[in-house]
Amino acid sequence: MYATNYHRPATIEEAVSLLTGNDEAKALSGGQTLLPTMRQRLAAPSDLVDLRGLPGMTGVSAGDGTLTVGAAVAHADVAGNADVLRLIPALAGLAGRIGDPAVRHMGTIGGSLANNDPAADYPAAALALGASIVTNSREIDAGDFFQGMFTTALEDGEIITAVRFPVPEKAAYAKFPNPASRYAMVGVFVARTSAGARVAVTGAGADGVFRHSAMETALDADWSPEALAGVATPADGLLSDIHGSAAYRAHLVGVMARRAVAAAG
Amino acid sequence: MGQLKLSVNGRAVSRDVPGETLLVDLLREHLRLTGTHVGCDTGQCGACVVHVDGRAVKACNVLAHAVAGSQVTTIEGLADGGGLHPMQQAFNENHGLQCGFCTPGMIMSGVDMVQRYKAAGRDLDEPAIRHELEGNICRCTGYENIVKSIQSAAARM
Amino acid sequence: MSTGIGARVRRKEDRRFITGKGRYTDDIRNDNQAYAAFVRSPHAHAAVKGIDKAAAEAMEGVIAVLDGHQLTGDGIGNIITGWAITSRDGSPMNIGAWSALATDRVRYVGDAVAVVIAESPALARTAAEAVAVDYEPLAAVAQPVAALASGAPQVHDNVPGNLVFDWEIGDEARADAGLAAAAHVTEVEISNNRLAPNAIEPRSAIAIHDEAEDHYTLYTTSQNPHVARLVLSAFYNVAPEHKLRVIAPDVGGGFGSKIYIYPEEITCLWAAMKTGRSVKWTAERSEAFMTDAHGRDHVTRARMGFDKNGRITAFKVDTIANLGAYVSLFATATPTYLYGTLLSGQYDIPAIYGTVKAVNTNTVPVDAYRGAGRPEATYLIERTMDIAAREMGMDPAELRRINFIKAFPYQTQVLLNYDSGDFPALLDMAQKAADTAGFAQRKAEAAARGKLRGIGYSTFIEACGLAPSAAAGSLGAGVGLWESAEVRVNPVGTVEVLTGCHSHGQSHETTFAQLVSDRFGIPIENISIVHGDTDKVQFGMGTYGSRSGPVGMSAVMRALDKVEAKVRKIVAHQLEASEDDIEIVAGEARVAGTDRKMAWHEIGLAAYTAHNLPADMEPGLKEGAFFDPVNFSFPSGCFICEVEVDPETGVTEIVRFVSADDFGTIINPMVVEGQVHGGVTQGIGQALLEQVVYDESGQLLTGSYMDYCMPRADDVPSYAIAHGCTPSPNNPLGIKGCGEAGAIGAPPAVINAIADAIGTDDISMPATPQKVWEALHRARPAVAAE
Repeated sequence: MYATNYHRPATIEEAVSLLTGNDEAKALSGGQTLLPTMRQRLAAPSDLVDLRGLPGMTGVSAGDGTLTVGAAVAHADVAGNADVLRLIPALAGLAGRIGDPAVRHMGTIGGSLANNDPAADYPAAALALGASIVTNSREIDAGDFFQGMFTTALEDGEIITAVRFPVPEKAAYAKFPNPASRYAMVGVFVARTSAGARVAVTGAGADGVFRHSAMETALDADWSPEALAGVATPADGLLSDIHGSAAYRAHLVGVMARRAVAAAG
Repeated sequence: MGQLKLSVNGRAVSRDVPGETLLVDLLREHLRLTGTHVGCDTGQCGACVVHVDGRAVKACNVLAHAVAGSQVTTIEGLADGGGLHPMQQAFNENHGLQCGFCTPGMIMSGVDMVQRYKAAGRDLDEPAIRHELEGNICRCTGYENIVKSIQSAAARM
Repeated sequence: MSTGIGARVRRKEDRRFITGKGRYTDDIRNDNQAYAAFVRSPHAHAAVKGIDKAAAEAMEGVIAVLDGHQLTGDGIGNIITGWAITSRDGSPMNIGAWSALATDRVRYVGDAVAVVIAESPALARTAAEAVAVDYEPLAAVAQPVAALASGAPQVHDNVPGNLVFDWEIGDEARADAGLAAAAHVTEVEISNNRLAPNAIEPRSAIAIHDEAEDHYTLYTTSQNPHVARLVLSAFYNVAPEHKLRVIAPDVGGGFGSKIYIYPEEITCLWAAMKTGRSVKWTAERSEAFMTDAHGRDHVTRARMGFDKNGRITAFKVDTIANLGAYVSLFATATPTYLYGTLLSGQYDIPAIYGTVKAVNTNTVPVDAYRGAGRPEATYLIERTMDIAAREMGMDPAELRRINFIKAFPYQTQVLLNYDSGDFPALLDMAQKAADTAGFAQRKAEAAARGKLRGIGYSTFIEACGLAPSAAAGSLGAGVGLWESAEVRVNPVGTVEVLTGCHSHGQSHETTFAQLVSDRFGIPIENISIVHGDTDKVQFGMGTYGSRSGPVGMSAVMRALDKVEAKVRKIVAHQLEASEDDIEIVAGEARVAGTDRKMAWHEIGLAAYTAHNLPADMEPGLKEGAFFDPVNFSFPSGCFICEVEVDPETGVTEIVRFVSADDFGTIINPMVVEGQVHGGVTQGIGQALLEQVVYDESGQLLTGSYMDYCMPRADDVPSYAIAHGCTPSPNNPLGIKGCGEAGAIGAPPAVINAIADAIGTDDISMPATPQKVWEALHRARPAVAAE
């Protein structure tokens, strides 16, 4: 670890001012990805601004066909929340399979989305469910939010405060974990929403999470695992590494999507 | 940055430590509680698991300042007085450890999972224990007797 | 409850570990502590043109920046290998020089060129990054086969063609004749994947130099502190042995990786002298991946001939073994005398010939890792047997059965003389425990769930109890491999046993105490085991090669014999009886058939007060012994593994794993079973999950647990274990050793099961989901279809 200054601002305004105009400052939430990166000396922020204690970023609320999760809510608390379990059990299931129990006690939904790791689970849920990413200054549609690996629409000093999920008719997430890291090697989140079927794939794309429009079309016509049987996933643009080739990942996208649809019922 | 204040094993602690100090470094180097171990640098082995406000966290993956005001429990503070916690007892009875290095993390994770499952009224069977141990790596025991230890302790906790 | 031989005694050492009071090297901190960080090569191969230390030296809190020229200038010797191998043309092996800090050339990613000593670990790391090394990158080679190709980059100038040695064993003409006469010849090409040992405690060292006494102390994560002291003294010139104390306190697992004396320990000792500070270094996991000796990494072509009845006629093997950039302490013995000598397996093979080409590559050194050579031999033989059975349409278990050695002693064609065993009985035992009769039904039931179920066997033997010193010496070993013990009965009757073995998870504090409790009937609480400190323990060769039982405990038994003989003399004298009439039972010595007796503490007191001892008897009750085995011990076993493969994803689940083993006499079944659990899990790790990957330029791609897949609790099943017992005739306990069996026997059982499940032998370790899915695709496209 390089030397760094730790800040725990009391207000969003204070957090924004600490983060604005300081390229070397970084927002810290659960830190479950950032801290290992810093320990391996691959990141050296001059200042860490801890967002977890900020007002208005905790808790889960339901209403009006939506489920709103505070940005600082830990994965374990999403997994165990009664409203989440009742309204979007697939989201609870996803949260309950991120990392491991200790990681789930620290890691937060806001931190995960802001980091946009290509192998993270939450981006798939946000994109498939058509979530709104609520920040201190605006609401961003998930479709606009994810802009490629580790890149988001967040501007300098912009802080995620909550994530608002429209409640789908049905949804499920199927994950094929990387055997070593247990991050998603392929994760497919499927949702049937009022606007139609949505399929988001994480772990596989070289540019991070993406929607699988061919699968969405097939599922719009027939919401069933069988409907996906003939839908190809091109290997172009998929990640290839020592754990899985692009071709294997492409194959797994199909398998996980079918399993997700089957699980969604 | 100011003084970091927190409670460790029931005792108030106040230290002036730099911002980058990890909780595990506070415990091992500043408080000399060396029962919490470091086995990796990517947050995966779980040798460093402690409880923060009653929940298992990886002390090598948390800044000390981020847990200011919290109650931290380490392996040294798990048992009341001079006795053994049922989980510690069970690890001895079931040969749940060999070299002992991953053991503190295993025990702290074991206590955490039993408490969570009991609170949720869920059955902590063998597959559940194996799944819950996803964040704890042991190279000696092949996990068999760790699973047995946790099962045995769960019945007594 | 009995605390003697054969009892499931709970471990005496547990309490400190379960309460967080263990004392591992990194837990120790001295008053004048300074910290070392190494400047390591990012290149697999490069010339070092210069090192600019100025920026690092100028940093506040940096005590010294030291380089390899200073180290060699101070006379610190090059790192040695302990076993000389002669090539088949009679020439000696070629060894490239290995300095603890590289001077002119770096040869693997992680090769250290300098060390920073600073006031904190973080500062030392930061300063190490500020050391500017001028590297001129050179072409590198990481793969063993590529290293032998003509025109391959040369790792060492004095190792032509990167060939360290080209060794042979057995009789080539005889093997050729056996193959020529065979009705069927099975040909295989098999690689044994490279592994990182991954003891969960990273290596650590703390060096102290007492200037006034010119005395050094080294705390280190060692499996063999006396060997460390010997080598540091005799070859690295750090200090003479009487001025060097090596302490291996609690050590968090070894698996071979903590046998060796690494550059870091040498450098810390030297740096302590240079700086006048206690110097501490603890590896981070990423550093461990690039500096701990790796294991395995063989590529082998082999042919096995069979007659028309399935009897093996000959076995011919050509292996290329990757030794890495430098030749580590036991690196030359591992792929030769611990590998080639095991090529007969459990089978009566009339002709065997093997060659091993050992090569340098631009990778971290490879040396013994749990099993060391024997897993490679076992995997080769047991895969070959299964492939042959499939080719010949025979049942793999029956093919094994008809080839088993059935009479002992048995002289193999590859040096070893097996002393005991009952292989058919182990196969029967395992088949019963695994309910192989019900397999077909389970397979059908799995198929109904869309899963492919398979069953795999591994019938294995190992040569353990390293080692008969004279035999080892005749084969090139630089040391004797006996073990020593001292038994001290104190005046109050408590007993201390000093052993040269080292426990880093093996439970010696309990099992060694059981020997004493068994012998004298005294409470196990009154016995303590002392190990791991060269100032306390007389001498010893340490713990590896499943030797602590057969060799270390045998030394304790010999010392106990001497103590017992003296006790008899003392008691006979005091009670005015004949020695032959003295019985030692339940902590008392009594005259048989009378009520005359002495309690154990009275005997101790009598020995030390010396008021009434036999004439010419020396006072005291303390005896030492050295035990040098006359032969290896030969643990054996049969593993049966059942897997279910998901044809859609290629994921393999191990659904059943049975071990039927023969470790000879078992001192503590609880501990032995724990060793099997751990060993089998490492074997499953090798078979399914683990592999060190270097790219072609020698960059390490598996440098953390993000990419190197360790077995976790949900990767492995619960194990069923049964024990057979044919005692070893070559040591007083009849013990054979159990530490390595699981890692040796498990990989082929798993892979054979997968091959059975997917119907093809076109599969290699680690059998990752992608590999299994691809193999299925190649062999049975319809099953693996989308």
